[in-house]
Parts: sequence; structure tokens; C-alpha cells
Amino acid sequence: MSKFLMPSLGADMESAILMEWLVKEGDRVSKGQIIAEVETSKGVIEIEVFEDGIVEKLLVKEESECKVGEPLAIIASDEKKPLHVEEKHESKQPVVQETKEEQIVSEPPKPTALHVEQEARLKISPAARKKAGETGADLSKFDPNDGVVQLSKIEAASTTEQEEPTKIESKSDTHIEKNSGMRQAIATAMSRSNAEIPHYYLSTSINMTPALKYLEELNKKRSIKDRILPVAILIRAVVLSLKEVPELNGFWQNNSHQISKEIHPGIAIALRKGGLITPALLNADIMTIDDTMNSLSDLITRTRGGKLRSTEMTSQTITITNLGDLGVESVFGVIYPPQLAVVGLGAIIDSPWAEGDALCVRKVMRATLAGDHRATDGRTGGVFLDRLNHYLQNPKELL
Amino acid sequence: MTKEELKRAIIEQILEIAPDVDESEIDPDANIQRSLEIDSFDFLKILTSLNEKVGIEVPEADYAKVDTVEHMAEYFSKHL
Repeated sequence: MSKFLMPSLGADMESAILMEWLVKEGDRVSKGQIIAEVETSKGVIEIEVFEDGIVEKLLVKEESECKVGEPLAIIASDEKKPLHVEEKHESKQPVVQETKEEQIVSEPPKPTALHVEQEARLKISPAARKKAGETGADLSKFDPNDGVVQLSKIEAASTTEQEEPTKIESKSDTHIEKNSGMRQAIATAMSRSNAEIPHYYLSTSINMTPALKYLEELNKKRSIKDRILPVAILIRAVVLSLKEVPELNGFWQNNSHQISKEIHPGIAIALRKGGLITPALLNADIMTIDDTMNSLSDLITRTRGGKLRSTEMTSQTITITNLGDLGVESVFGVIYPPQLAVVGLGAIIDSPWAEGDALCVRKVMRATLAGDHRATDGRTGGVFLDRLNHYLQNPKELL
Repeated sequence: MTKEELKRAIIEQILEIAPDVDESEIDPDANIQRSLEIDSFDFLKILTSLNEKVGIEVPEADYAKVDTVEHMAEYFSKHL
């Protein structure tokens, strides 16, 4: 028997609202199954259970606010216990064996394929859910098969339902309110980072022409829906470089440097109306370039639709931030604690480039690395950027 | 499809992929990605769903020719 606690979905979270239970008392659950949805400042997150068992008791009601670590349910162990029931991953951070200063940690919950399909349930964006809460719109009227309920649908529903137009806030008010929570959470985490982590910064210019040419050839043979975007090869190159320089992939915790075996890069994804979430691209190290593209596409869609899972919010081993779409030349990131580094990728810009004795024009991208000086130094970071450059000059190795 | 119908289809796809964009924000002569904060992923999604609807596949090399709603409609009407 164990208690299922409100997980911490990031260093900056103190509490969240349990929006919906997806299981009831008496249900059998298996490790990795999504059993509840909670609403945080970052949107609705699906919470997974970390062991097999039976839901004995649900301790909190839907739509109540719970602090991190508060018991939410009691899970009774399954009668048919698997042989090794030792792995009780209640904490959200990787389990660490205390040995020497540098340790290899193994990540807890692998994303499970055996995630039981739930009956169709309503998908609703964070802003829409919030609006529904304010206006009292009846969510049961929406058909779960019609796709994600967006803010506009709730607004349309509430204007037809309510005769009291004074109650309805304007769209922009809602955004300001939604943003301030997230802005505050980001500010808290980043102040902590700047205060605690001695950062070092490195920057290098990378000739992207070979990689882009290669990608162009690859995409020519593909239909539009199978096309690979440059960002996918960039992520792939970062991941392969991390395999060679694992010291940057992991955590600084309990005054020690912990290297993670798995590579789960947190990808900075901007929400169009403000704010930023960095969910993990889980197990990026075992993906092909196509897997990377598909998983990234899925992750971005779910981030913007407010449908992330708890493991994606807690497993990041490094952060990648790519501001290339906005034309920014270089981005010097702030490390998200307890991670060890953040990789910044700027825009790919036509620039003068010396090759041998000649000056030519090439597609150039500036890659940066901010590292935690307690764990590594510029030499490690330099090796990493050198490997990144190597992969982008030899794009065949990225497949 | 006329150019006007194509424009309508493009705007509909933008609104579908980026539901928080308001139709009034869409300026047919403005760069779609920059003016509406649509990243390369969403842009590709818009092109993919338009490909399903209109049947035109925009090769990567032609992305610069479909940067605004107006240009995209023009490009599509030429290639129909």
C-alpha cells in the first residue's frame, strides 16, 4: 500500500488544482498509467502512477487545490506482485545511489507503451478550462470526439448561455491573468538559477550549409507530411554530442554531479500568447531523425493544447532553446535547476564565411552553451560544441 | 478554386492550426510566421493540411514565395 502524492512538476511549483480523476476507487492501475489531470500555471498536466496496484481510496475531491507532496490517493499493491517491487518512484527526481562525486543515475519511469486507452474524454485547453470555471459553462455539452475544446468555444457557449454579459471578461484580461502566474513561476526558477549556479558561457559559429543541403535532398524525396525541419536535425545533433560528452547531461543535486544515462532534452516551446514551457523529449537518445521529428511535432501540439504528462514535466536532463524562428542570432540561456546546462540555438543567417583563402556566403548558426561551473568547465563545454559542429558538418551521421 | 476561395481556405487553416489567432489579426500582406508568431512547425502543418485540401505541394525551395496569405494564394492559383 502506498500513498500517491501530488508530484512537483518543476522546481517552481508549490501547488496545483486536481481537476479530474481518470480512475475510480477499485480500479486496477498499472505503472505509467495516467490517473488524474491537474492544472498548474503551465496548463493541464496528466499525472501518471508509478506502480501497479488498485486504487483503494481517492483522498481529494476534483477541483481542489493541493500542495506538492499532499497525498491524493491510496494505491493498494496488486495481489500479483511482480518479482521486483522495489522501484517505488514516488519522488520525481531520478533515483540516485550515493557513491562518489560523479554518479550515473538511471531515470525512473520509462514512458510506457502500455498506457491503457481511456474512453473518450473531453480535451480542453488550459485557457478554455479556466474560462469555463469562471463562467460556469457546462462542459458535458461538448463532445469529446470533436477535438480539443478551445477558448473560443467556451466563450461562444457562455455568451449564448448567460444573460449576464457583465460577468464575461474580455479575452485580453484572461491572457494577462494566465500569463502572470507563469511569468512568476519562471521568474522564481530563474532567479534561483542565477543566484545559485555559477554559469559559464560559450559560443561558436557553425556552418549550416552542409546540413541544410543534405536536408533539402532528403526532403525532396519525401511528401510534405514526412518532411524534416532543421530544428529536428539540430536536436538530433545535440543529443548525439551529449552521448559523447555526458557530463553536461544530468543534475547538480546534494552538492554532487549526477550524470543521467538517458537523454531527455527539455525543449523550450513558446506558447503563442506568452509564456514558455520546456517539456522533455523523452528518450531522445534512442530516436532516429524521423522519430525525433514526429515526437517533437507531437510534443509541441500537446504543449499548446495543454496536454502534457507529468514525466514530461519532470524528467528533463538538459534544456535546448531555439530562437531561430524569430531571427535572434544567439541566445545565452539560464540553466533550469537542477540541470547542468542549456544549449542555445540562434537563427540560421546568410553570413560571410572564410573557407581556405576564399571568402564566401554560407548559412551560419550561432550555437551557445551555458554550463554549471560546479559540475563542468569550459573545456567540457568546448568539447561539446566541437562535437555539435562535427555532426552538423557530417549530416549523414545524424540519421 | 478562385484566388479568393484559396485565400479563404488559407485563412481557415491558419485559424485551425493556431486557434488563438483572431481572424482580424491576419493581414494578407504580412509575413504569416512573423506577424502571427507561427513557428516553422505550425507553418509546416498549415502547408500540410492545405496540401490535403488543395492538392498543392510546396517544395522547400519555394517557401519564400508563400510567406504571406496573398503570395500563398497567388502561388496556389498558378500551380492549380
